[in-house]
Amino acid sequence: MTRRDLMKYIAAFFKTLFIVAFAASTMPAKGSDAFNLEEIAPGVFVHQGRIAEMSRANQGDIANIGFVVGEEAVAMVDSGGSVPVGEAALAALRQVTDKPVRYLINTHMHPDHVFGNQVFKEAGATVVGHRRLPAALGARADFYKTSIGNQIGPELAGAVDITLPDETVADEMRIDLGGRELVIKAWQTAHTDNDVTVFDPATKTLFAGDLVFMEHLPVIDGSITGWLDQTAELEAIPAERVVPGHGPVSAPWPEAIEPQTTYLETLAADLRAAIADGVPLADAVETAGQSESGKWQLFDFYNGRNATAAFAELEWE
Amino acid sequence: MAYSMTGARRVRALASRTTLAAGTALLLALSFAPAGSLAVAASPEQQASEAESAWPGLRADLFGDRELIEGSDLIAIEAPARATDPAVVPVKLKLDPSQEIRKVTLVIDENPAPVAATFDIAEGAGITELSTRVRVNAYTDVHAVAETADGKLYVTKTFVKAAGGCAAPAAKDPEVAAREMGKMKMRQFETETGGTQEAQLMIRHPNNSGLQKDQVTLLYIPAHFITELEVAKGGERLFSMSGGISISEDPSFRFRYGSDAGGAFHAKATDTEGNVFEKSFGGSQS
Ligand SMILES: [Zn+2]
Repeated sequence: MTRRDLMKYIAAFFKTLFIVAFAASTMPAKGSDAFNLEEIAPGVFVHQGRIAEMSRANQGDIANIGFVVGEEAVAMVDSGGSVPVGEAALAALRQVTDKPVRYLINTHMHPDHVFGNQVFKEAGATVVGHRRLPAALGARADFYKTSIGNQIGPELAGAVDITLPDETVADEMRIDLGGRELVIKAWQTAHTDNDVTVFDPATKTLFAGDLVFMEHLPVIDGSITGWLDQTAELEAIPAERVVPGHGPVSAPWPEAIEPQTTYLETLAADLRAAIADGVPLADAVETAGQSESGKWQLFDFYNGRNATAAFAELEWE
Repeated sequence: MAYSMTGARRVRALASRTTLAAGTALLLALSFAPAGSLAVAASPEQQASEAESAWPGLRADLFGDRELIEGSDLIAIEAPARATDPAVVPVKLKLDPSQEIRKVTLVIDENPAPVAATFDIAEGAGITELSTRVRVNAYTDVHAVAETADGKLYVTKTFVKAAGGCAAPAAKDPEVAAREMGKMKMRQFETETGGTQEAQLMIRHPNNSGLQKDQVTLLYIPAHFITELEVAKGGERLFSMSGGISISEDPSFRFRYGSDAGGAFHAKATDTEGNVFEKSFGGSQS
């Protein structure tokens, strides 16, 4: 990035220190449902999803999604939990820049991050994801459309055309936006078996996807041991701020990951103790991790499921 | 409408891809029964209230017009009222040790293949508890039917709120699942009651339901599950099981037994692809 560009970004930053509020052209009017967008660093824009389950009311808008603007092109990180959310994000992006959206990076397979994919694909973006994303999302496509349809409604779910990546990342991939390079890194199984992170060295901003949860209880759909084992490597990324998959739009790095690590370590320790004592799964999942209960939103919704998955994993140790 | 067509296709795909071994033929026949469970567009609550109970049809298919005795203490079933994970729902069967129970059939009424497992219990094995983990696809009654040596049938049931457990893809990490398939582990536990011992057999296996279409290949992922299992101790059979797609990934069977047979545990499992997994466990292993 040139100095001139940087000045331009800083100017834009103050000018638009902002919440882009839209007349509800793409999001159906629901009172104050404006599409928020914040420039968290020069040329780095993030939309904050609600900390909630996907529902008809929120149209699946529950994950943080964002984009990075280079000199020539834009890269979008995740596409939102429904077609209208993807459309609102693209409209917000167009308020910021008319540069082409060259890439859409999917941080992982979950519907709240990929159900808006088709919007960006139609806009000309190359969809990029983990080498295991096609198989993982492919195997779950029908299931997600049905199960998410129960949450956001069959009309919204039915409008989703599951869009798989055009290019995949086995280890690391660099993409060029013109004077600005982003580093996409593929991880071993953690939150899911297809997590990638996106690092912007220019501003030292890390889009962590769901490898980092804040406020929203972390959800284990991969491997609790894999997640904990890779946390040190995640923390070593030389970022100053992180965009968590769920939580605030930006937080200091690496401190932001600490509560999540405490939760995962507590859950693993409780379950290992139960397994060693011969406590059956049905009883162990009632108590494991409960000491973390007051610290997280959606705790009761996800902790039992996390404990069940982690028990089934840890009893093979 | 579109959804119920998808459901019908799914069941056909399952049928065409599954070996018609004797044990699975019944499962397949039954897989056509509960049409209600395939109408996936409705919410689980709607389905539960609208669906006609599948039990009368299942009962007739499985037991004809034989009497099912209700309200006895001979068999009991425990499962969470609301499952934390529909793909891993713990179910515990308790059997009255003073009765000669020879067979227990576990039925998840609203699942695509309702018969989750049939356990054959050896004479003298003294099985008093059997726990496993199952997939639950819709809000459902779960029935257990015990048959005693004199041919009488006893039934009990519980209701489980869970949805989507069969349609959900099996492995969180298919690469690890493929690498580890067939690995077995046996744990033994202290019990508070004298004369009864407790153990758990675990088998690494995707136990895949065959109900998902792969959007990459556009093919249904074939059902691949353990059909037969036999557990013995000191050369004497304790129990065997015929199972189907409703048993969770990485099947687990925890059981209390009264047999005083010494010697090692031995487990042998066969899956739909004809793989045989077999292992003997040293007497002191936990
Ligand atoms: Zn996620």
